Amino acid sequence: MIKKSFFGLAKPVLEYNALDVTAPEPTIIPASKNVTLFLDQTYHFKDSMLFKTGDTVKTGQKLVYSESSKAYVVSPVTGTISSIAAFAGDYGKNCTAVSINVDENEEIDDQFKALIAEPSLDIAANFLAGVPGNPCFTTFADPDKAIHTIVICGVDRDLLITTNQYVLKSNINSVKSGIRILKEITGIEKILVAAPQHLALEAAGSGAQVMTVDSEFPATLPHLMMQTLLGQIVPAGQSCEDLGVCFISAEAVASIGTAFDQGRLPFYKTITFVNKNGEQSLIAARIGTPVGDILNAFDVTIKAKDRIIFGGPMTGAAVYSLDYPIQADTDAIMVQDLANIPLVSDYPCINCGECIRICPANIPINILVRFLEAGEYETAADQYDLYSCIECGLCSFVCVSRMPVLHYIKLAKYELGRMITAEATNA
Amino acid sequence: MLKHKKLIVSHAPFWHDGSSISSRSYHMMIAALPAVLFGIFQYGVRALGVVSLAVSFAIIWEYLINIVTKRSVSIGDGNAALIGFLFAMLLPATSPWWLVVTGTFVAVVIGKHIYGGIGGNPFNPVLIGLAILMVAWKDFFDFNEALVNYDLGFTMVYPLAAVKHLGTPGIEAFSTTGLLMGQQSGGIGATFGLGLILGGIYLIFRGFIRWEISVSFLAGIFITAMLFNIYDPKLYAGPFFHLFTGYALIGAFFLAPEDSSSPVNFIPMLIYGAGAGVMTMLVRNLGSYVDGVVFAILLMNLINPICDNIRPQALGKVV
Repeated sequence: MIKKSFFGLAKPVLEYNALDVTAPEPTIIPASKNVTLFLDQTYHFKDSMLFKTGDTVKTGQKLVYSESSKAYVVSPVTGTISSIAAFAGDYGKNCTAVSINVDENEEIDDQFKALIAEPSLDIAANFLAGVPGNPCFTTFADPDKAIHTIVICGVDRDLLITTNQYVLKSNINSVKSGIRILKEITGIEKILVAAPQHLALEAAGSGAQVMTVDSEFPATLPHLMMQTLLGQIVPAGQSCEDLGVCFISAEAVASIGTAFDQGRLPFYKTITFVNKNGEQSLIAARIGTPVGDILNAFDVTIKAKDRIIFGGPMTGAAVYSLDYPIQADTDAIMVQDLANIPLVSDYPCINCGECIRICPANIPINILVRFLEAGEYETAADQYDLYSCIECGLCSFVCVSRMPVLHYIKLAKYELGRMITAEATNA
Repeated sequence: MLKHKKLIVSHAPFWHDGSSISSRSYHMMIAALPAVLFGIFQYGVRALGVVSLAVSFAIIWEYLINIVTKRSVSIGDGNAALIGFLFAMLLPATSPWWLVVTGTFVAVVIGKHIYGGIGGNPFNPVLIGLAILMVAWKDFFDFNEALVNYDLGFTMVYPLAAVKHLGTPGIEAFSTTGLLMGQQSGGIGATFGLGLILGGIYLIFRGFIRWEISVSFLAGIFITAMLFNIYDPKLYAGPFFHLFTGYALIGAFFLAPEDSSSPVNFIPMLIYGAGAGVMTMLVRNLGSYVDGVVFAILLMNLINPICDNIRPQALGKVV
């Protein structure tokens, strides 16, 4: 945790971690007894699903939800489906949790291998949606969003994480084939690689144009990269995809490259693991591995009221159970001891202005947070720039009153999104 | 399920830089301590009594109003203690106990809690307390009358009263260095200029108050006093005299930069400070009160929200 400097006039400078080039290869976490996968479709017990508990699955086998829904997961292990249940995640995400008891003998499903000769967007969307790095094929297929530029993030989105940097450095050939495949299946010619200064040389090996990104947080957030690398400011309320730019992680591109080159779907997710002392190490674990298995591999003892975080310290998400599985977009796992957890308080804003000085989007946070606390979300969105927020978390980091400012902002955006959807449905 | 340990599941971000309201309040009191100790040293145990009574009753009033309004007890954040401390620094050493008790009541309850507590007050609570008391019992704030029995080895005429009634010839006994080093009568913690300046620099350096407000306030006083002095040197004193007398220094570092009543953006802070400085000098030179800091800062607190609209546009703002 980075504490406020004694010389208080200096703004806190949070720097991204540079990849430790002397570090060894990622530690491979041994296969666990049970994996859980999240299928992106709300579970109804009456649905006629295409698989059920007790079915055997092979590694690489695609499990499609039903005839009418195209949502699927690809099994990273060989085994038997032990349970299928509804799962409600953060911010209204409703999925189906499929748990598989792992069998020791691995059998590879070769449905995908037969299709790699002729890469197309359909094949990619139908098989590669859940590969490590979480590529977004639906964006390319969407006729409303005319994507003309792809930016490959060789930088990591949050502090402490070095996952994408590792992929850029050691898997540059896969990234190169991934770029080739992307160009072929999407027809987009303009592909850039965003890399940190110390990996610019390695990134050039990908064949695409390299642009260096600053090492100060939050320079690698998409909205800020749009501004610094492409010179475009995303209007409040719109996304980068609305402006035709798609951000995809280097790991996703490498996964696409390896998939089409070798005919097998990759399952090992590279993760930066940060233990209670702040020591980082790179690991590779199968998608679906419960986080408890990873903690056991590192002999980390969890006591009550500790905190386990998927993602980085500024933009991650805390998980509630040691059985929670790692997913395709889990770039880091952090463990925090109770003694190091800064607690949030219910004090109101004291108008000190620390958040104003640190906000990269120039939002009048002191007034915005007062409206958000009162539940006045529409006024906050119309007059106090709620949608300009790029969700970096710096405001909550410096707040003297220890207000959960980012939490208020994300809740407001979520509630407004629900209101808009409800109005549209009821119209 | 029961064997699973309960983890804390809170929202990002998961780090914090360690700042807190209590550290701000306590550091402001520490910065004010040199000036207060000097005042206690000069005025003796009566001054110590006033300071202790003010701090304790500020805490007591805040505790009582928390209970009466059924809110969580907030005396732990040190803000009430700070209000009492600063209030005592502005009072003459001979203030009676009921003045201190009433003043802290007005400051803490009427100046802060009726607006919702910390962060909600549009005016500086200390100055609300002082302004209401000055208007109600103005004789107790006449320093010549209050400190009539004290003789501390230098001219005991209140400098600002002397210049207002006698013009520049009346303040010939005061030297700038003397004023800076506390050779003047005044509030318990408001006379030792050097202590106040060092405390203020410490607070600015640590980031607890903003330099924009303090510097522009002092610049406003300095420039306006200089202009008046150039216009009529016999009637109006020079800029350094005005900087080191009255509540100017304590106002610059401890009263004007109060978080809730001051702006947060850069240009508004400059306007706020300069406006308060100019108003102070206008009251001192043209108004009926000998010192204008209290009313000047309260007036600028009034227009603070309007000033705060001068800010850069948000990223991607769709007009």
